[in-house]
Amino acid sequence: MLKNMNKTKRSNLITYAIVIVAFIVMQTLSSTGSISSLLTGLLVPLCTYIILAVSLNLVVGILGELSLGHAGFMCVGAFSSAFFSKCMRDVIENSIVRFLLALLIGVVVAAIFGVIIGIPVLRLKGDYLAIVTLAFGEIIKNLVNVLYIGKDSKGFHFATKDVMALDMDPDGTVILNGPQGITGTPKDSTFLIGFILIMVTLFIVLNLINSRDGRAIMAIRDNVIAAESIGINVTKYKLMAFTISAAMAGAAGVLYAHNLSTLTANTNNFGYNMSITILVFVVLGGIGNIRGSIIAAVILTLLPELLRGLSDYRMLIYAIVLIIMMLFNWAPKAIEWREKYLHFGKKKEA
Amino acid sequence: MSTLLDVKNLGISFGGLRAVNDFDLKIQKEELYGLIGPNGAGKTTVFNLLTGVYKPDSGKVLLDGKDLTGKKNIEISKAGIARTFQNIRLFKELTVLDNVKVGLHNHHHYSTIEGILRLPNYRKVEKEMNEKAMELLKVFDLEKFASYKAANLPYGQQRKLEIARALATDPKLLLLDEPAAGMNPNETGELMDMIRFVRDEFHMTILLIEHDMKLVSGICEELTVLNFGEVLAQGKTTDVLNDPQVIKAYLGE
Repeated sequence: MLKNMNKTKRSNLITYAIVIVAFIVMQTLSSTGSISSLLTGLLVPLCTYIILAVSLNLVVGILGELSLGHAGFMCVGAFSSAFFSKCMRDVIENSIVRFLLALLIGVVVAAIFGVIIGIPVLRLKGDYLAIVTLAFGEIIKNLVNVLYIGKDSKGFHFATKDVMALDMDPDGTVILNGPQGITGTPKDSTFLIGFILIMVTLFIVLNLINSRDGRAIMAIRDNVIAAESIGINVTKYKLMAFTISAAMAGAAGVLYAHNLSTLTANTNNFGYNMSITILVFVVLGGIGNIRGSIIAAVILTLLPELLRGLSDYRMLIYAIVLIIMMLFNWAPKAIEWREKYLHFGKKKEA
Repeated sequence: MSTLLDVKNLGISFGGLRAVNDFDLKIQKEELYGLIGPNGAGKTTVFNLLTGVYKPDSGKVLLDGKDLTGKKNIEISKAGIARTFQNIRLFKELTVLDNVKVGLHNHHHYSTIEGILRLPNYRKVEKEMNEKAMELLKVFDLEKFASYKAANLPYGQQRKLEIARALATDPKLLLLDEPAAGMNPNETGELMDMIRFVRDEFHMTILLIEHDMKLVSGICEELTVLNFGEVLAQGKTTDVLNDPQVIKAYLGE
């Protein structure tokens, strides 16, 4: 029993250690100018993807339900927090305080969307759930694209047609400009903030898994009927996992939004393309394997950049590498090799 | 002795089929009761009705005088009915210890925040849960498998783990759905001893479905025979097994 507890504890510590070491290495490299500015610019998005992958793994791996609308929650977090930061740009001077408040808003709004969408969606299972979450993700993205919000001395104005329809006084400014999105968000995100958010996300997910609630969530994944017969409230725990996951995707959105001066919602950043990309991280890293999600997110984000020299063949090579990794990752020999050399004595007995 | 489970006129239809009709059952405290009958007679349906998987169209279920008719399975579990399944349903990816700890879910509480922040109450309650779960595993001789994945246990041990998990919910009534299915005569013998032991040790009332007549006649004190959803015979095990109707419908002449 003690041995078992130590095993999960040790595995978690290794995960934290990998993230900390990677952060220190990258931070040193970028501050001494040893890596290209392109790669430095990729560090914050990388943190975003890691948080997204870990949060989606909570739904896919721990709860066992396929969600394809994760980018939607990221979108909600990004726009609600960017909206706040733009409004408060001159009111709150301290960028840390402003970012923390924006983070709180992004997380809470994404969590609320998680509950609202989760209640109807979690009645479904498997493929059906996947399709409906995909649809919800697209709805969120498209809603943001038709929304115009402006502010003048009289207060906020809302419209769904165009800027003229806002009907503002001459002193008014447009905050959310439909498909043109939000411009002028303060660039408050840093690699350090991204790293801290990753650590917080990891802390929450790993501790949740090893608690009473986490066990209930995994019990539902393994056998709903048995979980119900034991008196587990299935709806409650499904919604809990889904909402926590949505809130974390919202946090990733906040980080993403405050790294860009112009925030727009398109298929690549908040549409199904992004949802699928996150799912690829999760599947490649191993469903339910949090550490794997992180490693897969890093490799697959950096790979296209490292392959930049191949210009036109870049995405082709990327796709081929993806296929090869998927095949070899789960080859019996590869699993054996990993257990022997990489699991740090994890699976020794039995 | 007093009555623990009192079922009156229980019935359910699926489409046009009357799966269970006018089903009556009275089980005394600490009794070992058997429910037998041919395949498709509605035995598992009765279990599903008792545990809230299905809602009955008619009739009443009283546990210790408390009306449980049409209640949800969560409430029924909290009221004190636990079960095992004909086809084993464990939490396969969880460890053996965690399977039992999930069973303890409704008896040991700490909040989600306490769990995530690892506050003192988390440590205290988790320690209690570990101790309680290990105690139960010891009863079933499973403590050495505590850190194994449930899916990796041998078949017989999986059956035992399912019973341990059901007992972790601290039930008044334990329902066993074909506990001896897939066991050889040796294992069945051990299982009989174990069921008797559970009854005596935990002062448990047990209702079981079984096809193995050796087990039924060996440990059940009273029997109900179900045929086409209706009660064919009910009473003391020896009387029921010698009933000509039962012999004709189920046992074979």
